[in-house]
This record gives sequence, structure tokens and C-alpha cells, in this order.
Amino acid sequence: MRYVDEYRDGDKARALATAIAASCEPGRRYSFMEICGGHTHTIYKHGLEDHLPEAITLVHGPGCPVCVIPMGRVDDAIALAEQPDVILTSFGDMLRVPGGRGSFLDSKAAGADIRMVYSPLDALKVARNNPEKRVVFMAIGFETTTPSTAMTILRAEAEGIENFSVFCNHVRVVPAITAILDSPDLRLDGFVGPGHVSTVIGCEPYEFIARDHGMPLVCSGFEPLDILSSIHGLLQQFADGRCEVENEYARVVPWAGNPKALAVIDEVMEVRETFEWRGLGWIPDSAMRLRPEYARFDAEQIFGVPGVRVADPPACQCGEVLRGAIKPWECKVFGTACTPETPIGTCMVSSEGACAAYYNFGRFSRSRVKEATAP
Amino acid sequence: MSPHETTAGWAEEAVREHAGSPHPSREEQVLERIARARARKPRIREERITLSHGAGGKATHTLIEAVFLEAFRNPLLEPLEDGASLVTAAGRLAFTTDSFVVSPLFFPGGDIGDLAVNGTVNDLAMCGARPLYLSAGFILEEGFPVADLQRIAASMARAAEAAGVQIVTGDTKVVQRGKADGCYVTTAGVGMLERDVVLSAAAARPGDAVLVSGPIGDHGITVMLARGELDISADVVSDTASLHGIAADLLDAAGDGVRLLRDATRGGVATICNEVAVASGVAVVLEEKALPVRPVVNGAAELLGIDPLYVACEGRFVAVVAPEQVAAALAALRAHPLGEGAVRIGTVGEDPPGLVLLRTAFGGTRIVDLLVGDPLPRIC
Ligand code: SF4
Repeated sequence: MRYVDEYRDGDKARALATAIAASCEPGRRYSFMEICGGHTHTIYKHGLEDHLPEAITLVHGPGCPVCVIPMGRVDDAIALAEQPDVILTSFGDMLRVPGGRGSFLDSKAAGADIRMVYSPLDALKVARNNPEKRVVFMAIGFETTTPSTAMTILRAEAEGIENFSVFCNHVRVVPAITAILDSPDLRLDGFVGPGHVSTVIGCEPYEFIARDHGMPLVCSGFEPLDILSSIHGLLQQFADGRCEVENEYARVVPWAGNPKALAVIDEVMEVRETFEWRGLGWIPDSAMRLRPEYARFDAEQIFGVPGVRVADPPACQCGEVLRGAIKPWECKVFGTACTPETPIGTCMVSSEGACAAYYNFGRFSRSRVKEATAP
Repeated sequence: MSPHETTAGWAEEAVREHAGSPHPSREEQVLERIARARARKPRIREERITLSHGAGGKATHTLIEAVFLEAFRNPLLEPLEDGASLVTAAGRLAFTTDSFVVSPLFFPGGDIGDLAVNGTVNDLAMCGARPLYLSAGFILEEGFPVADLQRIAASMARAAEAAGVQIVTGDTKVVQRGKADGCYVTTAGVGMLERDVVLSAAAARPGDAVLVSGPIGDHGITVMLARGELDISADVVSDTASLHGIAADLLDAAGDGVRLLRDATRGGVATICNEVAVASGVAVVLEEKALPVRPVVNGAAELLGIDPLYVACEGRFVAVVAPEQVAAALAALRAHPLGEGAVRIGTVGEDPPGLVLLRTAFGGTRIVDLLVGDPLPRIC
């Protein structure tokens, strides 16, 4: 744990907070979007906003893999789970995501065999241990987790496991950022770039953001100090009159990414022409599917998924939250009709979702609490 | 409203808030609306029981209040403490029950047998009672090895002897193969309330200290790892133990300064603090730096993506103690072998009522809420 504690040190945080406050141009306000849901979670879990001056607003972006899954895909997955002899395996985060007709948890309670796994390899193990069943893995995630799904398919092929397939919902981060940059209600000054995704794709794919859109991006690690120092890096760029892509997370992220992981993805998967994102709609080139050569591991091919389309509930403002157009608490149903127990939108489900992070960790008045808890 | 108005709105509010305006900001108004929504009587929305209903978090609370409290409502049940206290001609009695479905049945540091005895003994001890008699009910699956049952019974007998209680009545049912998972145990217990103290989650007051009797999360992480589903091994054993001795020492030393005792089982320390905050209408402010968590438990929890504050213990408890008795209470706890690692982890405050806050090591503040969902099923 020592390695981690080093990046959670309160004294270092206070020193950085002072530097951040000093780097802000007086009278100017800054809005920075952290793209990655892991960052959103870290920000709330460690109370990072307590270290930021009032001039800085953090806007939570679309980088939560669970949050971007549209309701129709949940219904499709449930339809898979209800087929005879199917075991649907999924990350725990997905279990409570509401589809058009309930969640995995509801479907499980009604008799479907849905099991929680920690990795696609766990799902493959389920397939190995249950040869008489057909095991489907609900694959979700950005480029961070795509390689492990692809590797698992290669492993299944190598071992000759024929009762395993993947319902592929892997998405790509750059098209999502492009969609945000193109949205009319954009009002951002810069980005805290995703760390884990960048370990795979590197920093190069973000260069167009600085070049074509005039916004700096600092690729950040996942510890709270990483995020503070990335924010400091963004402010430094403004102070120096620079606009670049920088890599704060160089201890893990190579500038050119991980060519091996990229090759594995490319071997097994190809880019879909378009994919529906919760709240953001259809985004071109924004997701992956299995290549025809691997069709026998593709649940969409094997089972003929219904391809359900479900409109988001009218009360749901997830799209605006995912684009950073409103803060979670500004959604009309936040915390009353939509809570982690009874989520209406996906952002309330995953611990990386902005609404859940705010509800679980940040649902109090910081100004009042500062007085009450002063040491 | 256009997004630009929204932005301007935040800025104005921030300035107003900064100027110390007495008017609540728009965000604060939303927070108040949420607090009101949370205070409403819970309604159960699901059509079927899900695993969340057994996890000790929000869904469990809703189930208990909407189904059981609704059906059984009476003044003895209503406080929803660990046990009920009954007035009889012979004196005051504490009465409690608990079921155990842990998987696997045997794990490092214990098994379902000593868990079932200690769990009920501890519920009685947390009421301030001297545990006396237990019942034990078994639901067995067809095909369950008799040798395993003997092992469980022997372990129950040892735990009972250590706790100074007798198992005086019981019941056994066998169900068809596949209709249960090996062996489930239910225990109930009675004890004498010999002290003149009333321990209650509603008794905490601003200024009180929150103590914990030792490192947290050992049991839950041990059981989780013992299932072997995660390819992690760590050097950690369950903390299952009977707490009546250490609880009695604490009550002797700090007497009427002790507001409440709760063993940190399902839902962990976080859940207890939430129960206290709501029942007493206070804020509980915890210090992350003070939380006693073993490095291996911390590491495993980090890998599992869970917070040790929610992980079950079976031999640790939380005590809320009046400020003037803190030193005596800590000394008494630390003098007992089960309390060597006792520390103060937080303070009871006034504002915001009903919430648990954590001051993070990083220097920020966040909420510690009741858990939603079920990261660690069948831990006890
Ligand atoms: S409160 Fe619920 S419906 Fe509103 S944006 Fe958040 S998740 Fe979506």
C-alpha cells in the first residue's frame, strides 16, 4: 500500500492546492472535464474539490463504461440470459443497470442464470466448468478492458472452448470526446485525460484536441495527487500561453501506447460503423465488434440478439450529465426519484458514474461542513 | 434553460455562498429536498427478493422496515437494536436471533459453527447483557457429510464454552439436494441485563467519541478470499470471537458514559455509523487516518474495489462514548486481549444531521453512505 499512499498524502495535496490557487488568473473561471469515470470516483472519494479554488469547476465526462450502455443493450443481454441453457456473466457494476424491462438483478431473481465475474477470464472459467451450458460474457468498457476481452477470445480458441461467447459492447474513447467537442452546449477550457485507456492507446490520439480545438489535455493517473497535479499542469499551460497534450502519468502511460495490446484488439475486433451511447445517441466509429473470423464467439451472431431500441425515460438527463452540460444535482429527478437504490439513469448505477459519485460521496454542503468539521 | 444560464447560475451561487449569504444556494435546496425524500417511509419496490436485500445496506433496511416492522410493529421491536430487552419478574432480559449462511462453511480462523455462537453472544453483549442460553436450528441439505456436521457442532460447543453460554434447545430440518447449500444455522439467545445502562443507537450526542475495538474488515476479506474465486491469497484470518468479556470490561470502566455498542458485522463500521447518525439525529465524522485496517486487508479490498469500512467483522465492535470517559474506555479496551488495537476513529457532531462524513487522509471530506448492492454476499 505504500506505493498508493504516496499519492494520497495530505501535505503534498495542500502544497499543490496552494500552487493551483496561485496559478489561477485573478477573475478568470476554468472548467475542466475529467473524461474518465475512474477520475470522477477518485475526486469524490477523496474529497478532492476541497483542495480546489472556487474558480475551478470540474465537469464529469462520459468515461464510465457502465453509464454509456443504452437501455436497449441491457434488454438484449437479458434476452440472451433467458435463452435455454445460457449463463450470462457480467461485471458486478452492470447488475443493477436498468433496462427497458428491469435489470440483470431482477432477471436473476426471476430465474435467469446471471453470474458476476471479475474478468473475462473468469467468464471463460465458467464456460470450462459448465460444458453443457452456453456461457455469454457481457463485455463492456473502453480500450482499457478491450484487450483482455480479445485475449480471452484467443484463449478460448486456443483451448477449443466452444460454449463461450462475448456480447461485445466495447467502446472507444476518442469518438466520444469528439462528440462532446461537437456538442453545441460545450463550455470547457481543458481536459484531464484518461489514464488507463491511455496505457493502451497512448497520448497521440488526443493531439487533435489541442491542435484543432485549442484545448489542452493532461493525461492523468488515478490517485488524487495525480489529478491535482494534472489540473496544475493545465493551469501552467494557460499561464505560459501553451496548448498541448501532456502526460502526467508517464510512470505508466507510454506516449505511443501499448502496441501489443492494440495488435490483439485488431486481430479479434473491428470498428463498428456506429453505436448507440446512453444519453449521447449514435456516435460513428465509436465501438468495436468481433471480426467475422471470430463469429463463433460472437453472441450477436450466435443467438440473433433482438436489437432492442429503448428510448431513455423522459425524466432522465444522463445525456446532459455525460456531456458535462449540467451538474448531477441539477437533474430534475436527482436524489428523489433517481437514487442508487432506484436508478432511473445509468450515471446513478456505477460507482464511476457522476450521479452516483456525487450522491454517495458528495451529497452535502461543503461550505457548511467546512465549519462543522474544522479540526 | 440554456446551458449558459446554468453556468452563470453556478457562478452567482458560488459568489453568494462565499459572501456567507444566509439563503441556501440552489445546490443546498436540492440537498434539502433529498434529505426529505430519504426521511420518507421506505417502500419496497422490487417484486422479488434480490441479493441486495441481504447485504445489510439500504435494501436490507427497506426490507426490514417495509415488510417486517410493518407486520410485527411493537414497541420492543421498533428501536431495531441488536436485541430486544424484555422486562420480566426475574429482571430485565435481552433476547436476540441471527442466521448464518456463510460460504465456504470452513475458513481460516473459524467456521459457520463458532460464527453462529459468537454472532448471537455478541448481539447480547452489545445490549449490555450477560449471555446465558442459546438455541440452535439447522437446515441441512440432503447429502451433507456427517463428519462436517460433527466438526461444526464441536466448534459450536467450544465457542459456547468460551462464552460461558449453554446451547439448551434446537431443531433440525433436512431439505432435498439442491434446495439449500450444505448447512445453514440459526441461533437465538437470551441474556440477563444486570447493569443499569440503556445502550441505544439513538443515544449519541454531539461531542461523543466513536471508538472501534480493533482492526476492521478481517472476517469479510478472509471469507471472500477463502472462496478461491479471486486468484489472490493473503495472510489474514477471521476475527470471529465472543465479545461479552471485553464489552463487560468496557461497561465496568466507562459505565454510564457508554452510549451504545454495536458489533461491526454485515455492512461493517460504515453501516453502524449510519444507524447512529440517523437514530440520534447527529453527524458522525470519521478520520480516515485513524481507521485501523491491516495492510493486507486494505490491499485485498482495493483489488476488489470495496471500502474496508463496509466489510464485515465478527469480533470487533464500535462504541460511542461520552467525551469525559474516552480515556477510561480506551484503557479498558486495550487491556483486554481482543481490544489491543482499540482506537478512536471519529467524533459525533451536530451538522449535517443523519449523515456520516469521512475526513480523508488526502485532506478532503466525503459522505460515507449506507451501501447499495451487494459486493460481498454470504459473508456470515
Ligand atoms: S439523476 Fe439519474 S436520471 Fe438524472 S442524470 Fe443522473 S442518473 Fe440520469
